[in-house]
Amino acid sequence: MLEVLDLDVNFATKSGKKGAVTRAVNGVTLTLEKGNSLGLVGESGSGKTTVGRTVLGLNHVSAGKVMFDGERTRDKAGQFKPRFRSRAQMVFQDPHSALNPRMTILRSVSEPLILHTKLRGAKLRQRVCELLEIVGLQQQFLYRYPHELSGGQKQRVCIARAIALNPELLVLDEPTSALDVSVQAQILEFLKSIQKQLDLTYLFISHNLAVVRYVCNKTAVMYLGQIVEQGDTEEVFNNPQHPYTKALLAAVPLPKSGQPRRSTPLQGDIPSPVNLPKGCFFHTRCSEAIAGRCDNKPVQNTTLPDGRQVRCVLFEGDVSQARETAGLVDPV
Amino acid sequence: MTDTPFFSIRDYRLNFETFDGTYQVLDGVNLDLARGQSLGIVGETGCGKSVTVRNILGLLPSPPAKVISGEILFEGRDLLRISKSEMQRIRGVEIAMIFQDPMTYLNPVFTIGLQMIDVIMAHQRNKPRSEKRNRRQARDHAIEMLRRVHLPNPDQQINNYPHQLSGGMRQRVLIAMALSGNPKLLVADEPTTALDVTIQAQILDLIAELVEELGLSVILITHDLGVVAKICDRVAVMYAGQVVEYGSIEELYDTPLHPYTQGLLQSIPHPEKMMDELAGIPGFLPNLLNPPVGCRFQDRCEKVMAVCKTSSPVGATVSGSHNVACHLIDHGDGDA
Repeated sequence: MLEVLDLDVNFATKSGKKGAVTRAVNGVTLTLEKGNSLGLVGESGSGKTTVGRTVLGLNHVSAGKVMFDGERTRDKAGQFKPRFRSRAQMVFQDPHSALNPRMTILRSVSEPLILHTKLRGAKLRQRVCELLEIVGLQQQFLYRYPHELSGGQKQRVCIARAIALNPELLVLDEPTSALDVSVQAQILEFLKSIQKQLDLTYLFISHNLAVVRYVCNKTAVMYLGQIVEQGDTEEVFNNPQHPYTKALLAAVPLPKSGQPRRSTPLQGDIPSPVNLPKGCFFHTRCSEAIAGRCDNKPVQNTTLPDGRQVRCVLFEGDVSQARETAGLVDPV
Repeated sequence: MTDTPFFSIRDYRLNFETFDGTYQVLDGVNLDLARGQSLGIVGETGCGKSVTVRNILGLLPSPPAKVISGEILFEGRDLLRISKSEMQRIRGVEIAMIFQDPMTYLNPVFTIGLQMIDVIMAHQRNKPRSEKRNRRQARDHAIEMLRRVHLPNPDQQINNYPHQLSGGMRQRVLIAMALSGNPKLLVADEPTTALDVTIQAQILDLIAELVEELGLSVILITHDLGVVAKICDRVAVMYAGQVVEYGSIEELYDTPLHPYTQGLLQSIPHPEKMMDELAGIPGFLPNLLNPPVGCRFQDRCEKVMAVCKTSSPVGATVSGSHNVACHLIDHGDGDA
């Protein structure tokens, strides 16, 4: 249903050298089928939010295209076509700043309905009541203001507003990271149930790997604006192939006893997207980097036998063959 | 426990007195920490975990905070009752603290070197003359501390401003600053919440290294049950101003006994396994302006009994050092 092809998004930097650009997204290609949930994970600065915003037409596109049901979402002048607006909606990270503090819940949820439909008066109010019921809030909330609601309730209001126009795609940008774990559990359960109920497709952006594993059936791992590994969630989590995916999974502290205190975490910080490293973007922090190769030649995407895509030299024809003969390869 | 424990909090009660009335923020908190150990305090927003540790160093303004009863004993001294000048001798020198957001605790208009030297010079006040450092020595000490926390190129980084460093590097600077007084106890209030997982792993590894190599004792506050399991020896779960369960990592994670702890552990998606359903905990934190009579968790508890609505459960030792405050345990009909 959603296709992103070779997407590049560059932002002009305000300061620094003349003409310098922040290359936030570099050649992202992904497809999302109806009813699926794709988790986009990565560190901050990896471009995952930019991808989500670009899908909804909230950013300009520098190169590449976004297709919705086989149709381009932008016209020839690069403008986002208005009729796609109601088909894809977004839920933001911080529900407190996503709601206007001076609007009642009724007003906030009815805004998209006023803009896109002809519902007014009693019918409009009835529709808002229906929406609140779907997200599990009683009618008494209609005339309350955001400050009277808890974080979890506010996030439910944001979800009600996002589903008001019966969209097909929801872009969820860290929807639970501002919430406590017991509330997060409720929201995640609820997101799963309305997905079935309303036949929604999710693009789920999160830095929390456990949450992505719980909600999504597909996972794409991003690093510096590129997707380094994507495939079925279970495959990616049970048998990660890209060195970055492995490091990311190893960095998550587990809620169980008997873990080693000390480990060897990934060193250093994510490089600046203004000065991208030469060759593979990850070679500066990679434990398996091959000198003279990774820091030199750009890497290609490789499709593994299980359908997973990995962007790493270790899986490119010549290197993978050499490793196989040396007996270095783990079975996929 | 030995006769003079290294650090302990006894029956600590604290209220916030506001125009709305009196909030009973802490209600009988008991915690112990042995030298060289690390203690994790976990709980959700508003459970009182930060309030518990802020007053270790006298950082809560009073009013509104008002200590009702209890004591915080550090090597035999009661930190709630010592004089201001005594507290100044302890603050930063014997007990140091690091906070959640490293950007807000560093002054953006001064270099990190200047800020570190200021801290080190402030610690010289109570030292004998022969041990006092001058500013040049303080600068050398600052560089040494930055090297200790594995900041790359410390002799150049010391001249940088906070905005020139990444989040992880800033947190390293704060840890270096906290270590510069050579403290015995480090209190870390959500030190990794603002950081990415890979950077969080680096900072946690650093804290574990300091505990191992310097014999530092640590109190770590977090809402992340994974972080505590990774680097702490003991863990206390707080709910609405009370410690509901307290024990070693093995005791608490392998056999959680309090319904709240069980609920928390069932609320988090596990990164290692596929899960079908998350339990969650229905309902909200009770209003501490007028907390319910009896157990503070009664309204959200699945196993609530008549006795929960009339009397507060008292912490009971189940086995070893595992302590649970729940009527299910007193009555012996829990699923223990």
